[in-house]
Amino acid sequence: MMPSENLNESNQQARQHWMSVIAKSSSEALIDLSDTYINGHRFETIRAAEVGLTQVRGRMGGTGSQFNLGDMTMTRCVVRSSNGYYGHSYIAGRNKEHATRAAQLDAMLQDQTYQQDLITNIIQPLANHLAEQKKRKADEVAQTKVNFFTLVRGED
Amino acid sequence: MYVAVKGGETAINNAHKLLDKTRRGSLDIPELSVAQISEQLPLAVARVMTEGSIYDPQLAALAIKQSAGDLVEAIFLLRAYRTTLSRFYCSDPIDTTQMQVERRISATFKDLPGGQLLGSTFDYTHRLLDFTLLADGRTPEELETITSTNQEDDAEAMTRVLHMLERENLMVEEVDEQTTPTDITQDPPAYPCHRSARLQALARGDEGFLLALGYSTQRGYGRNHPFAGEIRTGDVTISITPDELGFSIDIGTLQVTECEMINGFSKLENDDIKFTRGYGLAFGQNERKTLSMALIDRALQAEKYGEERVSPAQQEEFILSHCDNVEAAGFVSHLKLPHYVDFQSELELLRRLRKERMDNEQQGTSGEQA
Repeated sequence: MMPSENLNESNQQARQHWMSVIAKSSSEALIDLSDTYINGHRFETIRAAEVGLTQVRGRMGGTGSQFNLGDMTMTRCVVRSSNGYYGHSYIAGRNKEHATRAAQLDAMLQDQTYQQDLITNIIQPLANHLAEQKKRKADEVAQTKVNFFTLVRGED
Repeated sequence: MYVAVKGGETAINNAHKLLDKTRRGSLDIPELSVAQISEQLPLAVARVMTEGSIYDPQLAALAIKQSAGDLVEAIFLLRAYRTTLSRFYCSDPIDTTQMQVERRISATFKDLPGGQLLGSTFDYTHRLLDFTLLADGRTPEELETITSTNQEDDAEAMTRVLHMLERENLMVEEVDEQTTPTDITQDPPAYPCHRSARLQALARGDEGFLLALGYSTQRGYGRNHPFAGEIRTGDVTISITPDELGFSIDIGTLQVTECEMINGFSKLENDDIKFTRGYGLAFGQNERKTLSMALIDRALQAEKYGEERVSPAQQEEFILSHCDNVEAAGFVSHLKLPHYVDFQSELELLRRLRKERMDNEQQGTSGEQA
C-alpha cells in the first residue's frame, strides 16, 4: 500500500481541509505563494491535468430528493512526488496550472517532511484570506438588511 | 424534405467575415473583453450558464461576446461546447441551507431568523434611466461608500422559511427518497415523468417561456395561490466524492439562486390539510427564472393534489417538450434552410389541383352549353 493511502480519520480531515482551501483559492494567489516550495521538487505525472464536467445536483425544496441542475466545468490531475506520495486535485473551472499545482501540493502535504511548513506558509494564509473575503462580503450584504414594518390604516 | 445544396462557399465565408465585422462594431470604440462581460453583465452570464447548463462564467461570457449579445445563440454555443467534454463526476447535492447569502427575502414573514437581506437588486429602483451610467458611471470612491457603517457580527442562522412551517405541520414536507435522480441528458423524459426530470428540464428551460406560463397560473389558468416564501442568492460549496479517494472533497464554490414558493393549502391523501410548495433553482443571480420555475413546478404537481389538468401550465408533456430554447430555436430556425425541392412539389401540386379544377369547370360549362 502506498503511503498516501495510509490515512487515518484525522489525516483525512486535514487533507479534506487543505484540498478545500486549495480549490477555493484563486490560482494566482496559490501559485504565487507556493512557487518557492515547489521549485526543486520533481513530480511524475500520473494523470495530466484534464478538463471535464461534474453534474451539479440540488435538492427539491433545498432538503428533499436530489435532482440534476446542470453541469460545471472542472479540472483534475494526479501526480506522484519523488517520495512516492500521490497527489490528487479536483478544481472547479478550467485552469490546468491551478489543478497541476494543487496536485503537487497535495502530494507534498501528505509527506510529514513538508507538511507543517506548507500548512503554515501556504494553507493557513490562503484560508485566512478566504475567511476575510467571506467576512467582507457578509458585512457588505448586512448593510442591506431591512426591518419592514406594517402600518395600521384607518381608525379602529 | 431537406435536400443538400452545394455551392455558395465564397458567399458564406464573406457572410462570416461580415458577422465578425458587425460584432466588432465601430473600430473607434474599444473592443469589449470577455472579462468585462463576465464582470459587468453578470445577469446575462447567469442566464446563459443556467440554460446552457454549464456553470462557467468565463465560457458563458465568451459565448455572449461571440453571439453579439444574442443570449439564445449564446446558450446554444454553450450547449454545443458541453458535448465536447466528458462528465467525470456527479456532485454531492449542494446544501443551500449553508449558503453564504448575498440576498435573502421572504414575502410571507416580516421578521424571520437571520432577517431580510436585500442584497443587490433592481427591486425598489424607480426604473428611471440612469444617465450617470451614460456619462462616466460611478467613481470608485462612490462604490466604496456602500460598505461602511454598523458591522453585523452576531449573524443569526438563517432558518429555512418553509422548514418553520413544516415543523408546525402546516407545510407538505420534502422527503428525501434517497433515489438516484433522473438525468434527461442521458435518458429523454417519458411522460408522465419523475419530478427530478421535470426540475432538470425546467432549470434548463427558456426563461421567457417559463415566465409566461408562470404568469398564466397567476391569471387563473391553473391557479395555485402562490406566496414567495423565501428567495436566496449566494455562494454554495460544491463537493464531489471521487471513487479513487473514497471521501468527499470540496472543488470550489458556485453562485445559485433558489426560490421556495408557498402555495395554497390542499387536502392530502390522508385527509390532512397543508400548504403545498414549488421549487426553483438556477445558476447565478437568476430570480425571475426561479420564481417562474417554482410556479410551474407546483402547477405540474396537479395529480398529487387531485387537481384537474385544464390549463397550459399543468400540461407536463407540453411544457417539458417545448421549454428548451435550443431545441425550439433549432426547429424554428431550420425553416431558413433551403426547402427548394419540398416547396417545388407543393407548388406543382397546387398548380395541378387548380388546373384540374379549372378544366373540370370548363368541361362543366361546356357540358351545360351543349
